[in-house]
Amino acid sequence: MSTANREPARPAAGRAGIKKELPDRFKDYRHVWVFIELERGQVHPVSFELLGEGRKLADKLGVQLAGVVLGPPGEATWYAVAEAFAYGADLVYIAEAPLLADYRNEPFTKVMTDLVDTHKPEILLLGATTLGRDLAGSVATTLQTGLTADCTELDVDTDGSLAATRPTFGGSLLCTIYTLNYRPQMATVRARVMPMPQRTDKPVGRIIQHKVSLAEDEIVTKVLGFLPDSQSAKANLAYADVVVAGGLGLGAAENLQLVKNLARAIGAEHGCSRPLVQKGWMPADRQIGQTGKTIRPKLYIAAGISGAIQHRVGVEGADLIVAINTDPTAPIFDFAHLGIVTDAIRFLPALTEAFTRRLSPHSRDKLAS
Amino acid sequence: MHIVICIKQVPDSAQIRVHPVTNTIMRQGVPTIINPYDLFALEEALRLRDAYGGEVTVLSMGPPMAEDSLRKALGYGADRAVLLTDRYFAGSDTLATSFALSQAIAKVGETFGPPDIVFTGKQTIDGDTAQVGPGIAKRLDLQQLTYVAKIGSIDLGAREIEVERRCEGGTQMLKSRLPCLITVLEGTNEIRRGSFEDALCAARSQIVKWTAVAAGIEDLTRCGLRGSPTVVKRVFAPTARAEKAEQIETAEKTLRDAADELIAAIFTRQPPLEHELAFNNGA
Repeated sequence: MSTANREPARPAAGRAGIKKELPDRFKDYRHVWVFIELERGQVHPVSFELLGEGRKLADKLGVQLAGVVLGPPGEATWYAVAEAFAYGADLVYIAEAPLLADYRNEPFTKVMTDLVDTHKPEILLLGATTLGRDLAGSVATTLQTGLTADCTELDVDTDGSLAATRPTFGGSLLCTIYTLNYRPQMATVRARVMPMPQRTDKPVGRIIQHKVSLAEDEIVTKVLGFLPDSQSAKANLAYADVVVAGGLGLGAAENLQLVKNLARAIGAEHGCSRPLVQKGWMPADRQIGQTGKTIRPKLYIAAGISGAIQHRVGVEGADLIVAINTDPTAPIFDFAHLGIVTDAIRFLPALTEAFTRRLSPHSRDKLAS
Repeated sequence: MHIVICIKQVPDSAQIRVHPVTNTIMRQGVPTIINPYDLFALEEALRLRDAYGGEVTVLSMGPPMAEDSLRKALGYGADRAVLLTDRYFAGSDTLATSFALSQAIAKVGETFGPPDIVFTGKQTIDGDTAQVGPGIAKRLDLQQLTYVAKIGSIDLGAREIEVERRCEGGTQMLKSRLPCLITVLEGTNEIRRGSFEDALCAARSQIVKWTAVAAGIEDLTRCGLRGSPTVVKRVFAPTARAEKAEQIETAEKTLRDAADELIAAIFTRQPPLEHELAFNNGA
């Protein structure tokens, strides 16, 4: 970043207000920050994925990578600090207070904006979780800066600006968005879009403690209780190693059983494309794609899914994509690794049976004998 | 109780196509709809009005044709519709949009009485950012309750509200204060069919139309492109993978053989998977 450039700010160039010169008040904004999402003692894995991505950005910019941990005093909060170092943070800002025990917008926004005003990061990344989106929106509005939601790619331009790429128009196109004249440059990224970085047993680095100057009686909204999801309601799609999903090609709601059968046979999670949720054939938490979950399994089997771009952005991170579809021109064959042009309704039972045969220990005994 | 609900007219993204040669969005003939998530918020607003009395004002920012969506909202039973429309709003990002809408909500408050609750949908289906709701809350200094799945009790005397809010891994029960801003989750309720009477009223209702100045916005540099800190530099279609999918041939083959061949191909590409899947399978 050039420091010698002290010309007065030039007027906006063109309609989009793109200026070359960053206003003076932002010139000392430096370093990349990742918000470490801690809720009920658990760090959301997206925070580690973001540290991996933040590391790359910080290295390109030649600046430090910091984690930001907000939580109640105690072990879980300090565990989050240690984990932030293990996943690549150079330093961690920590704010501890009992009123940060459960997520509430008001105290989290206050503490986060205080931290930004005090330590001035140039980039601030958050997970596009319910918590991250709730917080990012109010922090960006308070700081009057730009926020790019649900990015699928982050990079640093030659001039040091953050280039945040995200799907637009329901995922039909991608666009790259810049926040040129304001700091910090903020972005949220969904879970599983970025790969999980290697964990290292890095010794704890520099820790900067931030005093929370806020009392419980100043906070309007109170948490009355928390009801965890029952185990059965929890669809662990985003972090599943194997996923089988069905689309409109299955023709009828009852044929989804074929997807579930295959999933059960190979120990996979099951999901679906958006139209099935819209038809009410499957609950929304099973939806895969731009408006649903992003997945990164080792194996993804898509049955009767045509592969509209909004579905594609949700599965691109899979190691191996297998498509079953009757239409040889379906877009899914453009990004699948293996394809079979056939009717999923007839093929799924055969595939389930073949998998069972191949994976069954008995058939191995037979082969061995 | 006065409730303001913000809705957006969006292209039906399920019907958007990208031009195969120019990689641009083909908008011609794409129908516009009320953002589906906003309908759940509208229904919630109407239910609260029916239960507690009062009025529902539906507000939208957009081009003049967004009037269609407002008229539909009146058809569902909203009491009043306000359209914020001005060329100064063109190109607004989420920060500029939340600025304009918050100014308009303040003006709605001055004109028709201060709102007790401002509703928005969870997010829109064209932008998908979920940022405008929190932006409005922050600017109007309202308590922010996002991803609300259920509204429990409201005590208008004590100015208190209890809601259930979905978050990662569970549901948070919150008690908060009126006025507040609530973003409503999909599937929260079943959207009503408007009555015949409402439909007749909607057809004859005047929609209040405000320009930026009429909505009380003095600083126009905070609107539209000029008021937007984010800048879209590049729009492009995702690049196709270099090679097409390897096809398992099915001609002159039984389903069983084809399935075996597909599985063999899977394990050739990902050998460790076979062990893992067998393990999953209880082997």
